[in-house]
Amino acid sequence: MPGAEESTMTGVQARHQVALDEGRFLIQRCEACTCHVYFPREVCPHCGSDRLAWVQPQGLGTVYAVTTVRRKADAGGDVNVSLIDLDEGVRLMSRVEGIAPSDVRIGQRVRARVADGLVVFDLEGASA
Amino acid sequence: MSASLRGSAAIAGVATFGCGEMPGFTDIELLARAARAAVADAGLTLRDIDGLCTASASATMWPMPVAEYLGLRPSFIEGTMLGGSSFIAHLMPAMLALQAGQCNAVLVCYGSAQRSATFGRRELVASRRFLDPQPYEMPYEPLLPASAYALAASRHMHEFGTTRRQLAAVAVAARAWAQLNPEAFMREPLTMDDVLGSRMVSDPLSVRDCCLVTDGAGAFVLVRGDRARDCPKPPVHVLGSATAVWNRQVSSMPDLTVTAARETGQRAFAMAGFEPKDVDVVQLYDAFTINTLLFLEDLGFCAKGESGAFVESGAISPGGSLPVNTNGGGLSCVHPGMYGIFAVIEAVRQLRGEAGERQVPGARTALAHGNGGTLSSQATAVLGTQDTL
Repeated sequence: MPGAEESTMTGVQARHQVALDEGRFLIQRCEACTCHVYFPREVCPHCGSDRLAWVQPQGLGTVYAVTTVRRKADAGGDVNVSLIDLDEGVRLMSRVEGIAPSDVRIGQRVRARVADGLVVFDLEGASA
Repeated sequence: MSASLRGSAAIAGVATFGCGEMPGFTDIELLARAARAAVADAGLTLRDIDGLCTASASATMWPMPVAEYLGLRPSFIEGTMLGGSSFIAHLMPAMLALQAGQCNAVLVCYGSAQRSATFGRRELVASRRFLDPQPYEMPYEPLLPASAYALAASRHMHEFGTTRRQLAAVAVAARAWAQLNPEAFMREPLTMDDVLGSRMVSDPLSVRDCCLVTDGAGAFVLVRGDRARDCPKPPVHVLGSATAVWNRQVSSMPDLTVTAARETGQRAFAMAGFEPKDVDVVQLYDAFTINTLLFLEDLGFCAKGESGAFVESGAISPGGSLPVNTNGGGLSCVHPGMYGIFAVIEAVRQLRGEAGERQVPGARTALAHGNGGTLSSQATAVLGTQDTL
C-alpha cells in the first residue's frame, strides 16, 4: 500500500501532516530545478514547476535564529522558538527540546525528531 | 522610471484623532473624525472626495463600511491590506488613479479602538488562527508578532554584535522625541536602565522594545500636484513610492537581517532622484526596536550591521544628526494596530513646519516607511516640499 504522500487525493499540507502523524518528517524536492522546498507547496517557489517529490531529509540542521517566549508557569512556562536550517537548504520554525530555552544558541547542531505529529529538534548527540 | 509620476500627487490635508485612549469609540467613529478633519485641512469637504483607500486589521471588506459611513461614492477604491504598511502602499495606486483622471481627491484613512474595544487583541489573535492560519508556525506557539521580530533581533545580534543596549537606545530616542510631542501617549522619561530592566516578552525583546497598544485614527488627502497649490496648506509632494512583499512568515525570510525595505528604498529613492543623504527627516515603522535598526540599514542610512552603534551614539535622538520618528513613533506616540499612516502624517507635519517643539528646522524632504505582518510587507515613500520638485 502506498504511503499517504503518494496519494493525489489531498493537498500537500494534509499529506505532510499524515506522514508526521505516522512519525515521518518529509520535505519536498523539485524535480525540475533540484531545489528542496519547505513548507510543502503545490508549486515550486523557485521555478514554478509542479513536479515536487517527497523526500526524507537527513534530519540534521543548524539553529539559525532563536527566541525564548516568556510565559507564566500556569501558561506552560518559558518555551524556545527557533528557526532551524536543515542541511538540505530549507528553513523551518520549530523548537529545541531537552535543554533549557535559555541554553539554545544560534549555530548549535540539531537533529529532527517527530513528536505527536510535530517536528521538534534535539541537540545533535543528545540521547532522545 | 516614472519621471512624470514623481511629485505628480501631493498630500494636501492630514489629521489624527483619538491617539491614546478613547474608550467608548468604535474603529469607524475614530476613523470618521480623522477623515473629516483631514479633508477640512485640505480645504475640501467630504463631498469632494472621489477616491478612497483604507484597510482594517479585522474587517476584510473595510472600504464598503467606510464609504457607507462617510457617504462617499468613490470612483477609485483601494483596499489592499498588507498590514501596517498598507497606507503607505496605497500611495502608488492613488497616484496612478489621480494621474489617469480616475478621481480628483483621494482620502486615505484608518482608525482603530484596539486598546479600549471590548473585542480586543486576544480575540482577534484567536480568530486569526482560524481565518488566516499559519500551520507551519503556530504549533510552536510563537508570540506573534513579537517572537518573529525577536528572531530577527537574535540574528542581527549574532551576525553584527548588536547589543540589547543598542536596541534599547531606539526606545530611549523615541521617548525623548515623544516628550516633545503633546499628542504622544507615553511621555514620562525613559532611561536605558528602564528598558533593559523591563519585563522580557520574547528574548531579546522586552516590553519596552515593543510598540504601544493604543487607540487612534489618522487620515490624509491626496490630490494632483497642480491642484494642491490652491489648497490652504503647503503641499507635500510624493516624490517616490514603492512597495514590496518577499514573504509572509518569518520562517520564509531568506535572511532575517535583510528586509524587503532594501528593495523599496532603492525603488523609491530612484523615483525621487534622491539618496538617503538628501533626506532631512525620517519616519520608520518601529513596531519593535529592531525594526528601526533594520530599516536604517536597508533604506541606506547605515551600512549593514552598523545601525546599532549609530543609534547608540545618539544620532537619531533629538539634536542628533538624523531625526528619526520625531513624533515618538509606535514605541512612544501611537500604535493602534497599524501605524503606517502616522508615519506619513508626521512627515507631512514636519515638512509643513507644524511640528512645534519637535520641529526639525528647515526640513524639506522626508522619508516615511511602513512595515506589515512579521517583516513581511515593506512600503517606502519619499516626500518633499514644493521647492524639491
